[in-house]
This record gives sequence, structure tokens and C-alpha cells, in this order.
Amino acid sequence: MNAALPLAHAAPVLPPVLAFDDLTLGYDRHPAVHHLSAEIPAGALVAVIGPNGAGKSTLLKGVAGELRPIGGTIRLGCDPHRDVAYMPQRGEMDHSFPVSVFDMVAMGLWRELGAFGRLDGGRRRRVLAALAAVGLSGFESRPIGSLSGGQLQRARFARLILQDAPVILLDEPFAAIDVRTVEDLVAIILGWHAEGRTVLAVVHDFEQVRRHFPSCLLLARELVASGPTAEVLTEPLLHRARHLSEAFDDHAAACRRDDK
Amino acid sequence: MTELLLSPFADFGFMRRALAGCLALSLGATPVGVFLMLRRMSLMGDAMSHAILPGAALGYLAFGLSLGAMTVGGIVAGLVVVFAAGLVTRSSVLKEDASLAAFYLLSLAAGVMIVSLRGKNLDLLHVLFGSVLALDDGSLLLIAGIATVTLFGLALLFRPLVLECFDPAFLRAVSGWSPVAHYGFLVLVVLNLVAGFHALGTLMAVGIMILPAAAARLWARGLPALLLLAVLFAFGSGVAGLLVSYHADVPAGPAIVLMCGLVYFASLLAAPGGLLAGRLPLRRHLES
Repeated sequence: MNAALPLAHAAPVLPPVLAFDDLTLGYDRHPAVHHLSAEIPAGALVAVIGPNGAGKSTLLKGVAGELRPIGGTIRLGCDPHRDVAYMPQRGEMDHSFPVSVFDMVAMGLWRELGAFGRLDGGRRRRVLAALAAVGLSGFESRPIGSLSGGQLQRARFARLILQDAPVILLDEPFAAIDVRTVEDLVAIILGWHAEGRTVLAVVHDFEQVRRHFPSCLLLARELVASGPTAEVLTEPLLHRARHLSEAFDDHAAACRRDDK
Repeated sequence: MTELLLSPFADFGFMRRALAGCLALSLGATPVGVFLMLRRMSLMGDAMSHAILPGAALGYLAFGLSLGAMTVGGIVAGLVVVFAAGLVTRSSVLKEDASLAAFYLLSLAAGVMIVSLRGKNLDLLHVLFGSVLALDDGSLLLIAGIATVTLFGLALLFRPLVLECFDPAFLRAVSGWSPVAHYGFLVLVVLNLVAGFHALGTLMAVGIMILPAAAARLWARGLPALLLLAVLFAFGSGVAGLLVSYHADVPAGPAIVLMCGLVYFASLLAAPGGLLAGRLPLRRHLES
């Protein structure tokens, strides 16, 4: 299985290609992503899959710039601070904070507004449109603490819509969310794909991956396979991924693979 | 009634000065207290107020009871503790509360030792409990100046600070404002604690920051209402405290903080976010 994804879903936009060259990411010298080489073409919609502890979240953190590689490089064909929108699995959001749903979602415009820009009429309409797109019309003035888990996830998606980034990273966007909400959120993701944005999403439900995601990146700390979903989501490869992902070894020897 | 409420201020200059000091503190220190509370740093405000002591004491040791020296000393000591604790937090396994506690305890011990090297107990009392009824022109200008700086500072930092309180990971992802908001805010906290310590002393300066903020939080649902209400509570408590102090001949600083406490307890009982709200008969619920 080759590391490069085929360009089957290339969209007609300038390619902010994302490439991993022999990338190792980890914590305390223990690799969570180990010698990964792969390329994500511009406009691809990629499901990042693999067992727990396979390094999926770590990989997204690396792309978002929250984790410095301990080996290899991440090549990003765009500005990581301006053009990447990252939705972590568990945000640090303080749900008891007295802020309305409208204000929380409007913060998606930060890169346009900065600390001092004015939220004018046009931008307000865009915030309302984003809220409508996720099915939260009428919730504008509610405090965020009053939202359910699914509604909060919708609000976070509305904020992502406003961030308007060419590269979108979603860490388990469907965790603990009901079917109806998942369907709505998938529709938004497919919309981003149709607009030519590059989307990487950590997803656990293989059925969803088969139905909606054209390509896959199967991780088990090392790259197991990447390519069109039909070729990656096969029993032998999944079995290999499960087999590869063992626990951290506290006494692991230093990796010599770089020396050759 | 007018006699009771107005004549103390009409008749005595020191009461008017105290009133002006309270107004400045309410406008500056209380909004800072609201953000301290929202950042779950209410107790850290207390810790930092202790950290100011050695600087003020050193200024006192070197120059006697000089406003400028004690102020500069207090600000420098507060900033050193805040930034040292921040540095330790960011580059060691210690969390912010532990690193701050370590520095403020050292700072407090050093402060008490320095004061006892030369001071008489009376002077220590001034540093610990302030002297809102004896504010001279210099102190008053200092408190008002710090309130002005604070209002402008909060206006500039408002959006990043709100986001830093409420979703710091998002702020870090979209901009470089996170450390600016964090440290800028801490500088404002130190400035206001120094302002507060001239009036209320290092121990009680936090009272007029946190108590009105906590009381207002029980009533308000949005941030603008919260800030406004907290300022009103603080100033109201200031006026009431000064009057109680005048008529009952008790120290003004504790009277003001106790009035803040009274507002807090009343809010706990009556406010929609308080203790009784959950036990009242339910109003008919809405359709959606």
C-alpha cells in the first residue's frame, strides 16, 4: 500500500497540499505517530481512522501547530495560523461563562475582526446564516450553558463555518451525538468538500466512513494504509492496525530508524 | 433622612475624599474582580494581594510612609510574583495555583519580616488595613489614575480577555493574543490591588473586587449587565460602609467590605441564581 493518496478528488482550487515526511509526533519521547509519510491532496475529504491510541488526535494537533514534531516534517501549503481551522475533541470551553450563542459563534470571525474590528451588519447576517445552516436559528440569545451536547456541537460547527478556512481539522466531531445531529453535521462537511476545502476528520464509525468519506488514512501509530476508502477499509488492513497498536512501552529503546 | 445620608459628605472633606476613592475603586477594581471571578481566580486575587506586601514594606523601609515609594514597591513586587509564577507555570509541571501560592507565601513572609524590622505596629496596621478616611490628594489621584488606566486597559483587552476566559484553546488557535490578554490582565489586577491597598489595605482590597462580582453573577445573565451591576453594588456598598462607619464610629475599610458581604448574602437569598430560587414554586414553562 503506497503512502500517497491518489488525486481522485482534487478540486479546482489552488492546492494547499498537506504532506507528512517521515513525521514522528509524541509525548516525552514516546512516539504517538511514528515515521509517517503521506500526502493529502488539496480538496480531499479524509477520514482518519484507527484504534484508540493510534495517534489520530496527535496527528491533527501536529497539523494545527499545537505539537512540535520530534522527527520529520509537516509540510503545509498554506499559513497554519490563518488557513487551518481545528476543532479539538474536548474543547476547553467554560460552559458556565455568561456568553450568548450568537457571541460564541461570532468569534469564528476572529481572523477577520481581530481584537478591535466591528461586528457590522453584514457580518451579523453571516453569523445568523451560519446559525441557520446548523439548525440553531432562534437560539441566538440563549446562554451557551443552556445548550445540549448536540446543540453545542452544532454551535461549534457554526463557528467553524465562519472561520472559512481552506483546511479543516475535526477531532471526533460525532462523539456522543445523536443520529439526526450527525446527519446534519455530515451534510455540512460534505458541503465543505464540495467547496473544495481540505477536510481531515477523526471518525470511529466505519459505516459513516464508507458512506461519506472518499479517502481514508488508517493509523496505528505507523501508517497502515492510505487511499480510497474501499481499498483501506478492508479486514486484513484493519486487523493489522489492531495488531500494531500496542500500549506505550516505558522501557522502549531509542528508535534507530533515522540512522540508516 | 437627608441629615443622616448627606450631611456627613456635605460637612466633612475627608468623607468626600473617601467617597471619591470608593467611586474610583468601584469603577476600576470591581470590573477586574468580575474577570477574576470568571477566570476562577477569585482566590488568586487574595494571594496576589499578599504578594504586594514586601514591595510596599521595602518602600516604607527605605523612604518612610511615602506614597510613591510604597506604591512603586507594591507594583514591582506584585508584577515580579505574577510573572515569576507565570514562568514557572508555563515551563514546569506545577499548575498556576501551586506556583502562585509558593511565590506569594514567600512574598508575604518577607513582607511581614521587613515591616517588623523597623515599623511600629500602627504602621503595619496601615499597610494591612488601609486608611480610606485619610486619603490625601496624592493617594486619591493615584487611585483615580489607576481606575482610568484600568478602564482603558479593559476596553482594549475586552474581546481577547473574554475569549481567554471562556475558550482559551480557541484564542490560541486563531491569534497570538492569549499571552497578551493573560499578562495584561494580571498587570491590571496588580495595579488595582495596589490602589485598593491604599484605601482598604492589602488584606481587604480583594473584598471590593470579588464580593460585588459574585453578588452580581447571581443576578445577571450577560456580561455587560454583570459588569454594570457589580460596579453599582460596589459603589453602593462603599457609600453605605462610609455612612455606617461615620454614624457608628467603626473603621471604614471593614465596614465597606462587610456591606459588600451584606449585598452578597442578600443576593444569595433573593437572586435567580441564588439559594432560594430553586425552591420557589415553578412559573409556567414556555412552549419552546
